Amino acid sequence: MASIDIRDIHKSYGKIEVLHGVDLTIRDGEFIVLVGPSGCGKSTLLRMIAGLEEVTGGDILIAEKRVNDLAPKDRDIAMVFQSYALYPHMSVAQNMSYSLRLRKTPRERVASAVSAAASKLGLDPFLERRPKALSGGQRQRVAMGRAIVRQPKAFLFDEPLSNLDARLREQMRAEIKKLHGELGATSIYVTHDQIEAMTLADRIVAMHGGVVQQVGSPLDLYDRPANLFVAGFIGSPGMNFIEARYQPGEGSPAARLADGTLVALPHAYALEPDTPVTLGIRPEHVVIGGEGREAAVELIEPTGFGTILHLALHGLPFKVFTTDRKVLNAGNAATISFPPQHLHLFDQEGARVGAV
Amino acid sequence: MRARPLILTLAHRLAILAYILFALFPLFWLLKVSLTPNDLLYSEGVRMWPSRTSFDHFRFVIAHSDFPLFFRNSLIVAGSTALVVTAVASLSGYALSRFAFRAKYWIVALMLLTQMFPLVMLVAPIFRLLSPLGLTNSLTGLVIVYSAFNVPFATFLMQSFFDGIPKDLEEAAKIDGATQFMAFRQIILPLTLPGIAATVGFVFTAAWSELLFALMLISGNEAATFPVGLLSFVSKFSVDFGQMMAAGVLALIPACIFFFLIQRYLVQGLTAGAVKG
Amino acid sequence: MATTVIAEQPPGRKSLMQRFARGWEPYLYSAPALILIVTVMLVPLVVGISYAFRDVQILNPFSGGFIGLDHFRALAGDRAFLVALKNTVWWTGASVLLQFAFGLILALLLDKPFTGRGLAQALVFLPWAVPTFLTGLNWAWLFNPVIGPLPHWLHALGILSEPNNILSDPELAMWGPIIANVWWGIPFFAITLLAALQAIPRDLYEAASIDGAGPVQRFLSITLPFLAPTIAITILLRTVWISNFADLIVVMTKGGPADRTQIVASYIFTQAFTRLDFGYASAVAMVLLVLLLVYSMLIVVLRQTLLNKD
Repeated sequence: MASIDIRDIHKSYGKIEVLHGVDLTIRDGEFIVLVGPSGCGKSTLLRMIAGLEEVTGGDILIAEKRVNDLAPKDRDIAMVFQSYALYPHMSVAQNMSYSLRLRKTPRERVASAVSAAASKLGLDPFLERRPKALSGGQRQRVAMGRAIVRQPKAFLFDEPLSNLDARLREQMRAEIKKLHGELGATSIYVTHDQIEAMTLADRIVAMHGGVVQQVGSPLDLYDRPANLFVAGFIGSPGMNFIEARYQPGEGSPAARLADGTLVALPHAYALEPDTPVTLGIRPEHVVIGGEGREAAVELIEPTGFGTILHLALHGLPFKVFTTDRKVLNAGNAATISFPPQHLHLFDQEGARVGAV
Repeated sequence: MRARPLILTLAHRLAILAYILFALFPLFWLLKVSLTPNDLLYSEGVRMWPSRTSFDHFRFVIAHSDFPLFFRNSLIVAGSTALVVTAVASLSGYALSRFAFRAKYWIVALMLLTQMFPLVMLVAPIFRLLSPLGLTNSLTGLVIVYSAFNVPFATFLMQSFFDGIPKDLEEAAKIDGATQFMAFRQIILPLTLPGIAATVGFVFTAAWSELLFALMLISGNEAATFPVGLLSFVSKFSVDFGQMMAAGVLALIPACIFFFLIQRYLVQGLTAGAVKG
Repeated sequence: MATTVIAEQPPGRKSLMQRFARGWEPYLYSAPALILIVTVMLVPLVVGISYAFRDVQILNPFSGGFIGLDHFRALAGDRAFLVALKNTVWWTGASVLLQFAFGLILALLLDKPFTGRGLAQALVFLPWAVPTFLTGLNWAWLFNPVIGPLPHWLHALGILSEPNNILSDPELAMWGPIIANVWWGIPFFAITLLAALQAIPRDLYEAASIDGAGPVQRFLSITLPFLAPTIAITILLRTVWISNFADLIVVMTKGGPADRTQIVASYIFTQAFTRLDFGYASAVAMVLLVLLLVYSMLIVVLRQTLLNKD
């Protein structure tokens, strides 16, 4: 196990730069999730750490040793691929032991490592089977097994669950978390699924357009998103955004909406009066009923656990999530209000605005 | 409503049957004459099947002629060519399939060019270049020439097979501790076995059939391949039809065996290198 | 182990060495193929071009000198060459057209599944596996009235007045190699076109029939447009290939009778093989090469203008 340092990493394909300088320090034993929409550069970054893509600029260090020019085989890392990449012509046992055999590990050590990994993953009955004769979930386990027999410095996961159906994905997610708890290995996990990111990560690295947007614990990103991208990406249904202008007021700061009404803010901000800002509030934090503003109900989506209301607020789409079933009979209009402690404020560049 | 489709179906089957008859008739005739005893050959003329068959022609060809030697020579030449080309083309096909490198475009262009210009142009210069090296009248010389002729097509064929294997597998192998070449040998090649078999088949058939360069480069009987031997036989004893056709049937056997082995890959193979016959 | 040693070296240098090794890898893989192609095909090609301007006769030990354009001057007055040129056009045109027409029909017949399709496919494609020299001999025998049925059948049908060998009839001889070539080459077109046919998405046909298109309309509005690129490229490549394809003629007629079946490719071979006049053979080969290049360029230009018109 080891720490991984990423220093000012750039990646270009020809003239197109896809990573614009990424810095990241991953502590020994930490579970890091790289999350972002497709094309954000998260997979490229992971493949550069694995040694499958060349580094255009910057340094990658594994266990404090620069590995930029090391072949993947010399980096002592294991990787789980989205397609699992199991060797079709080898049995499960051979798949899992391939790396050890390449390293000329003594036969008994190979056998014990494979059987230990197999029993940990519940693969004992399948050791002699070919990957073709396994179900999707079993293949996923073999891919995991192939990684853990080696006891590498770090595990890399490239969207390992996205080929599974929803229920299996949930189950494997929990198993990966449990496994990490047992092995305590440094892990980097790439996904576009923010639920996976939230549930698995010690720290999440949110990426967009080849730039790291925010690094922090899952709740950090949820409670204090650094910018509009993170605010919109983390959480489901996504955060509502409303254009407004900052009004410092006399001890009662507020935001003036387009229709002239005011939304009370929790505290004062270091902004000039009348500065354009974006107000953000998560659907689950909006309060329904009581005093507040009127919004037209356009659509009601019950999810069982709760209900998503699609509203039109001042003509713009606005979502509310609640577990209160009374809204199922909301009719054509609902009254909503915004608790000030749940409001997020972003400036014109999209960055979070902090309190004074 | 039922009548029209029935007629169409019937017409379709008849058309297929006509094609099959057209395709098989010459081969059938070859077999028929080779089995007809000499005394019936002229008296029974165009009869579809002789009143009496015999294996005399085959017996003679196998026991009293040079055809077993020609057969052996052709087997050596076609077999060696197939092995050399498949080994060389696996490497070059892999390079084209898996690497992006500066000269790739030029290599592909060169290989396409070799498929476009008339090979008959090379008959004279190749003879002139090989003869001081002692490679005329030698099976080795033929293997070298045939290997070069078949490498471009085989490269494209192997490339198409490699393209069908996900890149992930090699990447996984590299992470597991393999070098690029080990990944190629231990992971990719075993998975390409059907493709390799197809390439061996294509090249074997091509080398087995080659005539013009063999005629030019081989003069004695010692190193004559089957086509050369058969043609010299035809010009010397052009009345022994039964024996010639028996020899022809023998020449057909290896080609047919390979054809049925590679039949499955015909469509893929021909579309990969739509250039080659 | 070597890599770990390299890893201990200063960063700048190891990076350079690694990059060097990585850059050369594809060249190592392609090297054997390239060496073979360059030494056995490219070098002889260049040597052959030089022969066209030299007097190279194997039987004449004093030959080998540079003679400029003499071969080409001789060529312009060589009636046999001019006849061969005309024959090449006839041989190529007829072969390609018939192979294509019958190949397309066969591909259409085999496109839809029916019981026994696999076997039928294997049988009709079998001629393609028959070695060309054997194809030539086989058909020569079929046309031989002593041993083959074809002259007698043609006579019975009233096409031939006497059951003679058409290969020795100057008027008809070319048909012999052409028929053999068509027999041997139909599978190639059929296989290529079948692959293209199978690649047409089936929903298109379903959508078209729901929209009310009949079989003929479906063929014209879906099948043909989808096949057109394959047809164009296959015909282009086959034309070049068949015009170079001398095996059948060498085996069946040796260019005779009276040069009536001599094509340029077989003429080159005859010059080199029987007369051992390598210089003249190479000059003829160069003319053929130039003609093929012009043909290919014309096709490309034609394609461009057609595309631009759209």
